[in-house]
Amino acid sequence: MLNAATYLRRELLIRLVRAFDEGILREEIDRIPVTLRPKEKESSRCCIYHDRAVIKYRLMALLGISAEEETDEARTLASYLDEILDSSATSSQVGGGTEVFERHHAPLSVCGPACSGCPDSQVVSTPNCRGCFARPCVYSCPKNAISVVGGRSQIDHSKCIKCGKCISACPYHAIVKTTVPCEDACPVNAIRKNDRGVAEIDFARCIFCGKCFMACPFGAVMERSQIVGVLSAMKRGEKLVAMVAPAADRQFPGTIEQLLAACSKAGFADVIEVALGAEKTTAHETAEFLERMESDPKTLMTTSCCPAYVNLVGKHLPDLIDHVSLTPSPMVYTHEMVRGSDPAAKTVFIGPCVAKRSEARRKGVDFVLSFEELGAILAGRRIDVLSCEPHPVERPAAATARNFARSCGVTEAVLDEATGKIPGFTLASKQIDGIDRKTCAMLKLYASGKLQANFLEVMACPGGCVNGPCSLM
Amino acid sequence: MEKVKVEICCGTACYLLGSAKIMDIESALPEALRGRVEIEARPCLNLCERENLGGAPYVRINETEIVAKATLEGVMKRVTELLEGVS
Ligand code: FES
Repeated sequence: MLNAATYLRRELLIRLVRAFDEGILREEIDRIPVTLRPKEKESSRCCIYHDRAVIKYRLMALLGISAEEETDEARTLASYLDEILDSSATSSQVGGGTEVFERHHAPLSVCGPACSGCPDSQVVSTPNCRGCFARPCVYSCPKNAISVVGGRSQIDHSKCIKCGKCISACPYHAIVKTTVPCEDACPVNAIRKNDRGVAEIDFARCIFCGKCFMACPFGAVMERSQIVGVLSAMKRGEKLVAMVAPAADRQFPGTIEQLLAACSKAGFADVIEVALGAEKTTAHETAEFLERMESDPKTLMTTSCCPAYVNLVGKHLPDLIDHVSLTPSPMVYTHEMVRGSDPAAKTVFIGPCVAKRSEARRKGVDFVLSFEELGAILAGRRIDVLSCEPHPVERPAAATARNFARSCGVTEAVLDEATGKIPGFTLASKQIDGIDRKTCAMLKLYASGKLQANFLEVMACPGGCVNGPCSLM
Repeated sequence: MEKVKVEICCGTACYLLGSAKIMDIESALPEALRGRVEIEARPCLNLCERENLGGAPYVRINETEIVAKATLEGVMKRVTELLEGVS
C-alpha cells in the first residue's frame, strides 16, 4: 500500500539508482537527506534535522547496513558505500558466504530514531463517553476495573486485563484499545520495546514474515536491501539472471512477458519465470505426498514454499518439523535450473517477500530484490513496462504454477498433478491463510493431531505471496 | 460540450509513486461528469527528469496544465472545477 513512508522509500530508491548510474552516488549520497529536507521546507517529524537523520538511516538500509550495526554515528554514507562496493566486488570472486552476505543475514532492521516509541497498549476511555445511565462498560468488566467519575468512565489500569469486553459493550465506541502496531502485528512476539522505549527485534525469534515492516506507521522497520550489490555486479558485467516470482502478476502495468522484457532491458543477462521452478515443486511435492501417504495413510504433510512458515516451524513449532515437506521451493528449483545451464551465472530472485532473503542466503541464491527495488531500477533507467515488447519465452509456465502465489494455489496444483496420476484422487486439504497468533495456535493443534488434514498449505501472508510485505499493490 | 483531457503518467517512476490509484478517476467521478473527461494512460511524460523526481506522480490536464504530486482527490477536484467553469 502506498503511504508517505512507502513513497519516501521508493523515492530514495529511484534517486539511488539514478545517482549510481550517473556515477555520482558517492558524492551525492550524503546530500540526499538535505536535498529532500532543505531548511525552508516543512518537516514531517519534529524538525528537518530529525527527518534528515531518519533519511540517512533509510539510505543505510538501502545500502544493506542496519541501524543496529552502526558503531560510529558520524560515519558518512559515502564510506559505507565504499565498504559495500569493495565487499561486493570480492564476494563476486569467491561466491556466496562472504562477509557481505553475512551482513544480509537479518533482512529486517529497526531504525531507532524513526521509532516513535508508541506507549504500551492500554484500554482507555475517550471523551466520547456520555456517562450513560445503564453503564454497560461497568457491568461487562470481569475485573471491576471501571468506575464512573464525574460523569465519565475511568479505567483502573492496575486491574484491567485488556479483555476488550467493555469496548464491545459501549454503544458510543467510547472505549478504545491503543496499540503498538509492530508488537500487535508480530505473530511470534519477536519485536518489543527495549528499556529505552525503542522497538527492537529479537532475531532468535524473528521469522522475517515482514508484518512489523508493513504495520509500523512511522516506517521504522526497514528492510536491508541488496540493490547496490545488484547494481554494481551489473556494472562489472557479471551475468545476472533475474528470477521473477509468480507473484509479479499484475504488480506492474502490462503482462509477465512484458515485465521479463523490461528486466532484460534493465541489464539482466537473462530472465526466467520462477513459475517454471514451481512446476518442479508441484511434481516433487505431489510425489513426496503420495509416498508419505503410502507409508502412513494418516499422514499430515504441510507445504514448504513459504519461507516465513519454514522459519516459524524451525524456531517455534518443533513438533511440526517432520511434517514440513522436504521438496525445495520454486525459487530453489529455478536457481538450480539457471546454474545448471551456466554455473557462473548469478541469480537474483525478484519477489514480494522479506523472508525469501533468509531462504536465499541459505540456499546460495546470490541476491534478492523486492518488486519495489526492481521498480526503482526500471524507473531509474527509464524503462516503462507497458512500452516493452513481450519477452520471447520458450513456453509460458503452466497456469497452476503461475498461480502458486495465491492462497490455495499450491493445493490446487498438487491436486491437479495427483489426479493426473491417480484418477479420482482426493485430498483432505486445509489452508492456513496468513500467519498470526491465532493461526499459530491452530498449527500447534495440527501438530498434536487435534486438528486433522493430510495436506496443509501454509502461507504467511493472507491471500498468498501476492499480498507480500514488499508487493506493490 | 467541451471535454477535459486527463493524461496520467504510467511511467515506472510515477507508477511506483502512486499513479496507479489515479487511474480509478473514471469510476470515482460523479455520474454526470463521467462522459466529459477523456482519460489516457501515458508512458513517461519526461517530467520526472526535469524536476529530479520532486513531483511524481504527474498528471497533465488539457495538454498544458501539469499537476505534480498528483492524487486522485486533487485531480478530481481540478477536473470538476474545469468542467463547472466551462459549463
Ligand atoms: S515516469 Fe512519470 S514523468 Fe517520468
